[in-house]
Amino acid sequence: MKSLLRFLKDYKKESVLGPLFKLLEASFELIVPLVMAAIIDTGVADADRGYIGRMCLILVLLAVIGLVCSITAQYFAAKAAVGFATGLRHALFSHIEKLSFAETDTVGTSTLITRMTSDVNQVQNGVNLVLRLFLRSPFIVFGAMIMAFTIDVRAALVFVVTIPLLSVVVFGVMLVSIPLYKKVQSALDRVLGITRENLTGSRVIRAFNKEADEIETFHESNDLLTRAQLYVGKISALMNPLTYVMINGAIVALVWTGAVRVDNGYITQGEVVALVNYMSQILVELVKLANLIININKSFACANRIESVFELQPSVTEPEKPVLHSDVKGEEEGEAVSFSNVCFTYAGAGDEALTDLDFTVKRGQTVGIIGGTGSGKSSLVNLIPRFYDVTDGEVRINGINVKEYGLKELHAQIGVVLQKSVLFKGSIRDNMKWGKPDATDEEIWEALSVAQAKEFVEKKEGGLDFMLRQEGKNLSGGQRQRLTIARALVGKPKILILDDSASALDYATDAALRQAILNLPQNMTVFIVSQRAASILNADQILVLEDGKIAGKGTHQTLLKSCSVYREIYNSQFKTQEA
Amino acid sequence: MGGKKGGRQKKTLAEVLHYIRRYWLYLGISIVLAAVSVALTLYLPILTGRAIDCILGKGAVDFLQIIDILREMAVVIALTAASQWVMNICNNRITYRVVCDIRKEAFEKLERLPFQYIDGHPYGEIVSRMIADVDQFADGLLMGFTQFFTGIVTIFGTLIFMLTISFKITAAVVLITPISLFVASYIAKKTFSMFKLQSETRGEQTSFIEEMIGGKKVVTAFAHEEEAMEQFDEINERLGECSLRATFFGSTTNPATRFVNSLVYATVGVFGAFTAITGAISVGQLSSLLSYANQYTKPFNEISGVITELQNALACAARVFELIEQEPEIPDAKDAVVLKEADGTVALSHVSFSYTKDQRLIEDFNLAVKKGQRVAIVGPTGCGKTTLINLLMRFYDVDSGEIEVSGYAIRSLTRKSLRSNYGMVLQETWLRSGTVRENIAMGKPDASLEEVVAAAKAAYAHSFIKRLPNGYDTVIAEDGGNFSQGQKQLLCIARVMLCLPPMLILDEATSSIDTRTEIKIQQAFAAMMKGRTSFIVAHRLSTIQEADIILVMKDGSIIEQGNHRELTERGGFYANLYQSQFAHES
Repeated sequence: MKSLLRFLKDYKKESVLGPLFKLLEASFELIVPLVMAAIIDTGVADADRGYIGRMCLILVLLAVIGLVCSITAQYFAAKAAVGFATGLRHALFSHIEKLSFAETDTVGTSTLITRMTSDVNQVQNGVNLVLRLFLRSPFIVFGAMIMAFTIDVRAALVFVVTIPLLSVVVFGVMLVSIPLYKKVQSALDRVLGITRENLTGSRVIRAFNKEADEIETFHESNDLLTRAQLYVGKISALMNPLTYVMINGAIVALVWTGAVRVDNGYITQGEVVALVNYMSQILVELVKLANLIININKSFACANRIESVFELQPSVTEPEKPVLHSDVKGEEEGEAVSFSNVCFTYAGAGDEALTDLDFTVKRGQTVGIIGGTGSGKSSLVNLIPRFYDVTDGEVRINGINVKEYGLKELHAQIGVVLQKSVLFKGSIRDNMKWGKPDATDEEIWEALSVAQAKEFVEKKEGGLDFMLRQEGKNLSGGQRQRLTIARALVGKPKILILDDSASALDYATDAALRQAILNLPQNMTVFIVSQRAASILNADQILVLEDGKIAGKGTHQTLLKSCSVYREIYNSQFKTQEA
Repeated sequence: MGGKKGGRQKKTLAEVLHYIRRYWLYLGISIVLAAVSVALTLYLPILTGRAIDCILGKGAVDFLQIIDILREMAVVIALTAASQWVMNICNNRITYRVVCDIRKEAFEKLERLPFQYIDGHPYGEIVSRMIADVDQFADGLLMGFTQFFTGIVTIFGTLIFMLTISFKITAAVVLITPISLFVASYIAKKTFSMFKLQSETRGEQTSFIEEMIGGKKVVTAFAHEEEAMEQFDEINERLGECSLRATFFGSTTNPATRFVNSLVYATVGVFGAFTAITGAISVGQLSSLLSYANQYTKPFNEISGVITELQNALACAARVFELIEQEPEIPDAKDAVVLKEADGTVALSHVSFSYTKDQRLIEDFNLAVKKGQRVAIVGPTGCGKTTLINLLMRFYDVDSGEIEVSGYAIRSLTRKSLRSNYGMVLQETWLRSGTVRENIAMGKPDASLEEVVAAAKAAYAHSFIKRLPNGYDTVIAEDGGNFSQGQKQLLCIARVMLCLPPMLILDEATSSIDTRTEIKIQQAFAAMMKGRTSFIVAHRLSTIQEADIILVMKDGSIIEQGNHRELTERGGFYANLYQSQFAHES
């Protein structure tokens, strides 16, 4: 929480003035019972109507000043809180952009989104509430006590006893009930889990005729939840009656003490009324404070979660002295990408995802990468654009370690098409320009045609101006895939990585796509990751991965003879054909 | 429109009352106690006032009477606290029991909903109706009981008590107080558009964040960070501006209503003091009036908030009720036949079916499957291969025509017996949270461990289950998160293996499973299918070639039917598909 306070730095003035005006308002509020006491003791006792009228005007005046003060306070508080949140969001977004995938994988995308949206909102509310109210309630509670002292020390002792007792009750009930509320939440999560499970498995449940059993299970959790809710309800139901008893008990004590003091001539009747009024004010404020603390508690939890995002440090960092493009000019013709003794372990995972990879790819070659799920195909290609950094060994492009390139420079050389096709809200043209911000329509159409997307884009209303919805939801899976391929091609990268990115295409389109890429003039080095043997049959070099190791490398024909894993994959897909 | 909305609200309210009626005893107690505690709460300032009237000045204090009054106060305080406590507990009971009942009914309905509804609504939406909406409703209901009701009683109670003291002062208070309501609703109206703009901008920002963080790899790969930051800042600035406006103007309600309260207080003070001078009321009564003025305005300040909350709660309740009131599946006919053991014949005659009226999918479709035959369903992804499964399992009913199993029209059979004659393994594997053993024994809960192990062995799942930390007692997390896709599929196969019905519906795995597991699954499938009528959503050439009947589907409808040889010779869609997908070697 503390480090987030730096976002209030630009709003120092507001953060001080807000609470200050609030206290000012509270002070005026504390004067009211005194004025009323004066009305009773002087005005009523002496039957002085003019005095009463004047005092009443003072009351109205106090109300007006109070109104002005509190609106001023609200303004400063709102300004500080909103400014705080705006700055926080900016910093958070920019921080998340800098993080590398090793970090975002462990945290999870949806978590990051929650941190940026609802958590920040909650903290903004918290800051606003703290600035407005957090000082006010204790101030009124203790202020009322002090005012009581100015009236009569003996009578004020009642306050000295009551306030700590009340605090113990209010905060005690809260302390007991907060962990119980967590229990309720986890019971609710369980009910939610069962509901969701039942929806996703509705076909299986009905196929196995398990409806009755499922209802039974649900009832159990539902009852458990209800019991937890009733239990915590029972405890928080104590709060109101207990505080009521204490405050009114204190009023009884006050009346009695007051009676004794008046009888002895130390205080007046009006002052007893004022004392009673102060006690009532305390009750109202304490209840407000308890609610406030619950809210602040929530904000604190959110703030801590946000803070933990800030604490993540990007593991992939820019080199101090990046290699300049001109240095690479003298690249030797042969080697485009090479891996030497590369090992890679995902953060938090025990086992290596890739072990001791060693291979060289020549400029213009097509490399096929094949293997079962979890064999490390995607991990391998992710190392080339430094989505992740190797744990051991080196990945080189044009003979230079990828870690020595500036990140922008590095990414500009590589076109990546991911397994999951990600498109963004906006026109097709906007999306295509991601690859090259100043791309002409001609260049875009060229890329689209290579990606076998020209035909369907032409049919779309507006062509390149066709607006995609978020995530490109208004396109079919195959269309999305082809657009992401085209987007990578617009920038005319030297290296193209297709990470299982033709899975939604039928074989004919897939083949046409591969042929078109081969025909491109720029002598591109292409990596094709695939589950289908058919997609990589004709590659210049095939890498067969198993359990993160290279189980074979070579062409289709040599692997068929030498590599049992390759043969097994191939046969499972083409078996009957050969028989 | 407004009338319609009001009607809907009234209907929902009636339904809510219907649920509450079961707890009428608690409700009765709660209402009585609310009245009692409010009356006692209001009586207390009168007592305090009387006590103060006994304290006139030095040497003029009537201690005897004060002791009596204070004793009475103590009793009143104790009674008030006790009735408040019991009332709170009653309110809790009513609320939580009612929502418990609602959740229960909603869930029971969930198990009987037709698949049109389940498939037609995102799961998240249904879940949010059952959980978030019900929860919100509970909050609103509780708040309604605790604040709305007592608030109203307090307002009227206070008025009556004040009237007993002074008519003129009461009249003054009654005239001034509504100002705070007007002020509050005026501010709410004025700020509504500001809040709306704020939440719209928030929504815009959230979806931008979702896009950019969700597609972070692409952002990184295309070095798009700076542009994204710029766009983000633009939205962020706008959000900051409209948020400030909404927050500030929204937060003026509280000071404004408090200002009105102060005015009420001052009015009571001055009128009260004037009246006290004439001797019409005592100082103690004035003190009572002042504390009434405070109590009276409090519910007024809260009530507008409570009403919004209640309306919100009703809206949430309406969403849940909408789910509960959904038409369930057509129940089985009264004279429905219980099919003990199907003979394995399936016949579809003149079947027509569509999910929506405007898009005909299957029309006049005929198919006769003999015992033990294999039917392969092929076609490009997304061609609607599951439609047929939906019809066979009676997840959906045909629009016209008839499906017969063992010579019985399936609509004349009980759903339960029809479904238990099919063994189904779908591609989207589903495991429930529980142990491995429970999952395998799903179709036969009383199966012995030996039977379960035997089924797992037959499904080639035993070897990996054995290696799990707790073997067959290993707990599967929700949605089977701790298992690989292939392992999940093997478990689903073991589940069917255990009871092995005479007919099978299988969905072959696609590319997400590694080759070795895939071979195991193939073997398990082959073992299952022996002698059983099987419908297979096929991806594998060998499966297709060995099938007795191939159904070729495209865009949801069945376009060709025959065996491999017939279909390749025909040179239609299948022949094309076959050429492009599998004929690389030729």
